[in-house]
Amino acid sequence: MRTIGLLLCGWLLSASLAQAAIDPALLKPLASDDSDTKIAAITALAQAAPAEALPVLKALADDSLAVAGERLVVVDGDRVFDAATNAEIKPAPAAREAIGINNRVRRELAAALAALRLFSDERAVRWQAAQEVTLSADAKMLPLLDKALAAEADPEIRTRLQLAHAQASLGSADAEVRLAAVRTLGESSDPNVRQLLIPLTEKKGDNWVDPDSGVRAAAGTSIRSIEQRLAWADNLGRAFTGLSLGSILLLAALGLAITYGVMGVINMAHGELLMVGAYSAWAMQSVFRAYLPGSLDWYLLAAIPVGFLSAALVGILMERIVIRHLYGRPLETLLATWGISLFLMQAARTLFGAQNVEVANPVWMAGGIEVMPNLMLPWNRIIIVAFSIAVLVAMWAILNLSRLGMFVRAVTQNRAMAGCVGVPTGRIDTLAFGLGAGIAGLGGVALSQIANVGPAMGQGYIVDSFMVVVLGGVGQLAGAVWAALGLGVFTKFLEGWTGAVVAKIVVLVFIIIFIQKRPQGLFALKGRFVES
Amino acid sequence: MKPVDLLLENDENPDWDSGTAELGHMLKPGELDLSHKVILYLEDITVSFDGFRALNKLSLTIDAGELRCIIGPNGAGKTTMMDVITGKTRPDEGTVFFGQTLDLTRLTEPEIAHAGIGRKFQKPTIFENHTVFENLELAMKTDKRVWRSLMAMLDSAAGDRIAETLQLIRLGAQADRLAGLLSHGQKQWLEIGMLLMQEPKLLLLDEPVAGMTDEETERTGELFISLAGKHSLVVVEHDMAFVKQLGGRVTVLHEGSVLAEGALEEVQGDARVIEVYLGR
Amino acid sequence: MSPSPARTPFIVRLGRSFNARSWQMAGLFAAFALIAVPVMHLVLPPDHPLYLSTYFITLTGKILCYAIVAVAMDLIWGYGGILSLGHGLFFALGGYTFGMYLMRQIGRDGSYQSDLPDFMVFLDWKELPWFWAGSDNFLWVVLLVLVVPALIAFIFGYFAFRSRIKGVYFSIITQALTYAAMLLFFRNETGFGGNNGFTDFKRILGYSITAPETRVVLFGLSALALIGTLLLARFLVTSKYGRILTAIRDAESRVMFIGYNPLWYKLFVWTLSAMLCAIAGALYVPQVGIINPSEMSVGTSIEIAIWVAVGGRGTLIGAVIGAFVVNLAKSWFTVSFPEYWLFFLGTLFIVATLYLPQGIVGLWVKLRQRARRGGDDLAAEAKGASA
Repeated sequence: MRTIGLLLCGWLLSASLAQAAIDPALLKPLASDDSDTKIAAITALAQAAPAEALPVLKALADDSLAVAGERLVVVDGDRVFDAATNAEIKPAPAAREAIGINNRVRRELAAALAALRLFSDERAVRWQAAQEVTLSADAKMLPLLDKALAAEADPEIRTRLQLAHAQASLGSADAEVRLAAVRTLGESSDPNVRQLLIPLTEKKGDNWVDPDSGVRAAAGTSIRSIEQRLAWADNLGRAFTGLSLGSILLLAALGLAITYGVMGVINMAHGELLMVGAYSAWAMQSVFRAYLPGSLDWYLLAAIPVGFLSAALVGILMERIVIRHLYGRPLETLLATWGISLFLMQAARTLFGAQNVEVANPVWMAGGIEVMPNLMLPWNRIIIVAFSIAVLVAMWAILNLSRLGMFVRAVTQNRAMAGCVGVPTGRIDTLAFGLGAGIAGLGGVALSQIANVGPAMGQGYIVDSFMVVVLGGVGQLAGAVWAALGLGVFTKFLEGWTGAVVAKIVVLVFIIIFIQKRPQGLFALKGRFVES
Repeated sequence: MKPVDLLLENDENPDWDSGTAELGHMLKPGELDLSHKVILYLEDITVSFDGFRALNKLSLTIDAGELRCIIGPNGAGKTTMMDVITGKTRPDEGTVFFGQTLDLTRLTEPEIAHAGIGRKFQKPTIFENHTVFENLELAMKTDKRVWRSLMAMLDSAAGDRIAETLQLIRLGAQADRLAGLLSHGQKQWLEIGMLLMQEPKLLLLDEPVAGMTDEETERTGELFISLAGKHSLVVVEHDMAFVKQLGGRVTVLHEGSVLAEGALEEVQGDARVIEVYLGR
Repeated sequence: MSPSPARTPFIVRLGRSFNARSWQMAGLFAAFALIAVPVMHLVLPPDHPLYLSTYFITLTGKILCYAIVAVAMDLIWGYGGILSLGHGLFFALGGYTFGMYLMRQIGRDGSYQSDLPDFMVFLDWKELPWFWAGSDNFLWVVLLVLVVPALIAFIFGYFAFRSRIKGVYFSIITQALTYAAMLLFFRNETGFGGNNGFTDFKRILGYSITAPETRVVLFGLSALALIGTLLLARFLVTSKYGRILTAIRDAESRVMFIGYNPLWYKLFVWTLSAMLCAIAGALYVPQVGIINPSEMSVGTSIEIAIWVAVGGRGTLIGAVIGAFVVNLAKSWFTVSFPEYWLFFLGTLFIVATLYLPQGIVGLWVKLRQRARRGGDDLAAEAKGASA
């Protein structure tokens, strides 16, 4: 079988090399009134002289192919070319009649054109064409595909073409050809290919769609192997969305890990600090739109410092005015910060309106990386994962390497002693709270890219953020990280078979039960000081 | 959860004492088995917090009616030892027996208190928003289940007992004051009074005279000496004069185990003890 | 604290937990709610200056239910030191349970003329889910109102208190519980009407639910329930149990080491508190005419805490005052200045925690003390110093 293909290939190749111009006899039937004749001619032409046929067929598709007397001509504005030799005809013949085509012909023509573009010099065009061909390959195209395969050197395009070839071969009358094709298709990970194979294993009425039992068995095997790969990609995709949800939870919870985890302040207005960050992104977008429309795509970079500073400022005000009077009274802090959250929410409503505001993704965040035909990793999610890692690293560095971090740790471990050795405890509290708030602001900037930005947006994150911190263990940065990622991935996998709402309920119940078993969280501090 | 635990934690269990007796193999419900004249056995107790060994194979026995002083530098494990005895901390290894039969590592704090161990904390812990009288009333030995406390009414016998204790701890005039308003020394006394109301067989006293005047300290010493015999007392103390006044046997703890034991003069002459206290 | 015979019947002791003045006040209040209100609403013509409008009855009846919740919250928070952010859940559960009965009372008068509640027809359900069994029986539903929320509270509380979860941890966990329940009730498949919850009630025990007579009866029942709640709460906090409860709040480890097991003490007040909330919820739903999952939102439960904080926690009357003050303010604001309500509420949270640790009652006591001292200031000062 393969030898025949090769021979055919060789013949076609030599034919196209030998002939610089197209045989007018091949062109002639294109002018026929009968659609079937036209289609046959298109196929024949494409196979006989792929390189030369392309402009002619394109002209046919553009309705610029015409009959002028005995010969076919291509009309380009005022100039007219001979379709067979591509030489300009001067003077342009006045009497010419355009060749019309109906939709059926147009479809065939499009397929033929796609096939012909497989021979383009540009890789991108060939790649595009290979993908298009895969969608519409049928037995008629086999010779062309063989030829293209022989000429193609790029491995990626070859793989595609082999798929298309196999798909086209499915219609072959020869069981051997079909068998080989089915086996080749088994290496695909495209859900469409699976759809293509499924009918082969089914019955139509009393008869099998495919009469050959060997082909049917092979089809079954192929379907299973495709499904395996699909399932794998599915899980990979779910793991990734879980990771991205986890990184969002992490961003929402990181600020809380400082204010609650390290300082022990229950800040119910944390969600509203996220909101401040998100509105900062929106504000920067508006500023750029008004004053720097040319660099609108970069508003997000400007929003990062602005979001951090505005949330930090709100946080510092909160600490100075309210929270500092309530240290050591966690339940009162909880109520007072809830009051602040109501206040901030209403303030946002008054200032920016009750409706959600629209924050657009910059162009460089659109699209994604296609890992597999059914697995696409969107850029905005990838960037958010990277961003949360960056924030985490920065925060770790500040807490562990900087002087501020040292002071914060000193104050939280022994306030009186820290004060005695000259640490300005009051100012450290304010700064640390500001830092936590600022990080919440950064989380808000990131959230503005994937979630609705509105006055009530913070409310949705407050329970989740606390769950992350509590699950991770209070005062444990590493705990917060693992808890956030674990919750994210766990939730997404659960969503796969329970739906989003039930998954959420299950996760909450799981955390409630978990906390009963390990009240100190995943990463527990132990010791005689813990309980007192 | 093991069924045993369930039973233990269920204090709605109508006969508390027989419940614990079954588990602790007590001979007579409600009575401690002191047939070997020993009230408390600690054997090979090890407790570690994140790798730090607060107690390291600590073994100690307290005789019935004894007045024992425990001394030792900071971090020697004195408070952790009390935590283990009263059920606040579970030992990683080792056994704690109250009398011959009662395994304390299997009981909760209230159950241990009920079995007859009273504890005074290092920092006086009393109910500051209750009156002195109420503090004593709450501590009094009685049925401490929810339903009984709902229906409880004070009878004259109980009133007499509280009045007696008030007299003993010299707070008779303060009976209706809020406990939070007492002086530090008075709070210490109130806590001791609450311990007495519990009628415990063993009293654990963590630095009972810290913050007292010399006169108060001496009176406290007299009180403890008068209690010994009927009760067993374990006193953790830094004040050597007070330890001397008490006059009982002395145990020196160091790095979670017993360094020396004997009369105060013997211990004070021990070379290792001197090294530990005077530094290396 | 005078020694009295130990065998005094419970009912007598319950009665004695109010002093004479409290009984006078309770009597006055009961006379107002059970006699004056019906007369002023049913007998007086609408243009009479003393006529009470339907709006007044509904609003006050609603706040009476809230006051019961506030007292329940005060028991557990003010006296027990346990801040629950889950009381909205028990309130809503009581409401939903009673709402099932009200839904069944609609009968075939719904939009679909079916025996099933409308939302079930809409979901294409053919029969009632198992937990709706018996929901047309008034007594059974009343029993469920008393038992189901209490049982849930008992189970949750048992595990939480046994693990010694306390303070803010407990608050956050109860919040998560309520949040999870809200998500659950938002689902249509849960069987409680999803988003819309229960509404469009027609009858209760066969009587029209919107009839003025029914409203007056429900109002009177709410008032009686509040008096009963106060009486029971008063009994609790003046009993030895109450003293132990506050002792647990102040020094839990001391309580344990003198032989009380805090688990059962906390669990008792927690379960009782949930039960009172459920009763309030069941009285609330027929008066307001709707129950939906928003009653379980995080904010609703925290608001309950602020009623108590504003009124003065640790005093029972403070909880009632707080519930009235905050909710009257709410209904005034939401009508007159809706956009400022959240500003006001937010400020109230902050002010109450920063400047009014004992709430309105504490403020009043302080002012009265100051006024009393006014005249012989120096003498009082000298006396205070010597004491």
